[in-house]
Amino acid sequence: MDKQELIEKVNAVLAEEFEVEVSDITPEGDIKKTLQLDSLSLVDMVALIENEFSVKIKSTEISQIKTFAALYDFLAERV
Amino acid sequence: MEKRVVITGMGIYSCLGKTLDEVRDSLYEGKSGIIFDPARKEMGFRSALTAKMEIPDLKKQLSRSQRAFMPEEAKYAYCATVDALAHAKIDQDYLDAHEVGLLYGNDSSADAVVKSVDTMREKKDTTLVGSGAIFQSMNSTVTMNLSCIFKLKGINLTISGACASSSHAIGLGALLIKNGLQDMIICGGAQEVNPFSIGSFDGISAFSVRESDPTKASRPFDRDRDGLIPGGGAATVIIESYESAVKRGAPILAEVIGYGFSSNGDHISTPNVDGPRRSLQMAIRQAGVDLREIGYINAHATSTPVGDRQEAKAIAEVLGDYKVEVTSTKSQTGHEMWMAGASEVIYSTLMMKNNFIAANLNFENPDEDSAKLLIPDHRIEKHFDMFLSNSFGFGGTNSTLIIKNL
Repeated sequence: MDKQELIEKVNAVLAEEFEVEVSDITPEGDIKKTLQLDSLSLVDMVALIENEFSVKIKSTEISQIKTFAALYDFLAERV
Repeated sequence: MEKRVVITGMGIYSCLGKTLDEVRDSLYEGKSGIIFDPARKEMGFRSALTAKMEIPDLKKQLSRSQRAFMPEEAKYAYCATVDALAHAKIDQDYLDAHEVGLLYGNDSSADAVVKSVDTMREKKDTTLVGSGAIFQSMNSTVTMNLSCIFKLKGINLTISGACASSSHAIGLGALLIKNGLQDMIICGGAQEVNPFSIGSFDGISAFSVRESDPTKASRPFDRDRDGLIPGGGAATVIIESYESAVKRGAPILAEVIGYGFSSNGDHISTPNVDGPRRSLQMAIRQAGVDLREIGYINAHATSTPVGDRQEAKAIAEVLGDYKVEVTSTKSQTGHEMWMAGASEVIYSTLMMKNNFIAANLNFENPDEDSAKLLIPDHRIEKHFDMFLSNSFGFGGTNSTLIIKNL
């Protein structure tokens, strides 16, 4: 999977799970604000990523991932 | 001074219908909500009979995060409560400005527990269980969800009393209002319908195996009954002080005049006669009425051989030479368990308001004890102004309510 494919897949699964439009997701966008995540639903995002991409995001790592671009980069290094 | 407690709203999501009108018509027409579920057979069930239920899609009504915390029974309860509040003419502004309580009967949330454990065993990672699992798994899941959705500020409590849970919820709610501690309480009961929740119940041979004819399988009081059929959904009853109802100009449907309760102090699953008898007598005493004023008895009778026999004996003992129609609406719904006390108050109130008593389906031949009761096998057109409703549960918990027409 190249990075563009990865980005498209990440956007698609996040948009479906958190009920936003794919067009709402931009690389510089704040993940929590865009997906309307609180501390509980953030757990669901971590679980979703792990289920979909087999990549585990540790709690110390998720606090550093603020934007979608950061999430794409994090996953691109591990997928 | 003790306050009068009235019912001002009802809402239900059951195998007989999703609105009061649908349920009234189903009762009147003697429809059965029981089906054969082939998936249960594949899971190793002894009996694949169940009530037919659909889990509501609440995507348009509730946010993703609200829905994430709700197991099926909480979704049923949400639907029933939305309708009950509307029926009672209560809007969100009223809930925001008053301390409205919530007492709901629920005694399991197995599906969420099973799925969480499956995930933990398979993945060895608790994060993957998801954020909703803890809130879905707890017995108080219905009250924790409804209290947050409707932003309730009064008492907030789940009543777990097995199959008498929601009857106790109404009775205890009535006591709080009677004593002036709350003006209004949303009472009710919810019951999950998924196979995991009742697999162990099936395992103790409690269910009817009359699978060849699902609508004939639930036959309370009939000589040839062979077990109950599990059902479910949710039922909500809005109760409030008479003063509160009058002040609001609310529609007053009925009055909760008696609540009796007892414990058998006996076997965990086999009921006796003494416990139910004392519950009935206490309710009549609390109501302060002559039992001849009672125009209908909605029995607990689940269609099990021993349970129906013991209840028939208890009712016969209490009634003496007085004959009044006794039926079990479980002949149509199956056993709605944690929901049954509240749903049967609604079924009986609908009958009281519409001047009929639904048939006790499949009552073809009495046994020695049911022969002592007046059990109609067909619908009776009858006006009555008071009914008594029994709910009994595992561990020998008993609850009896007496409701008067207003």
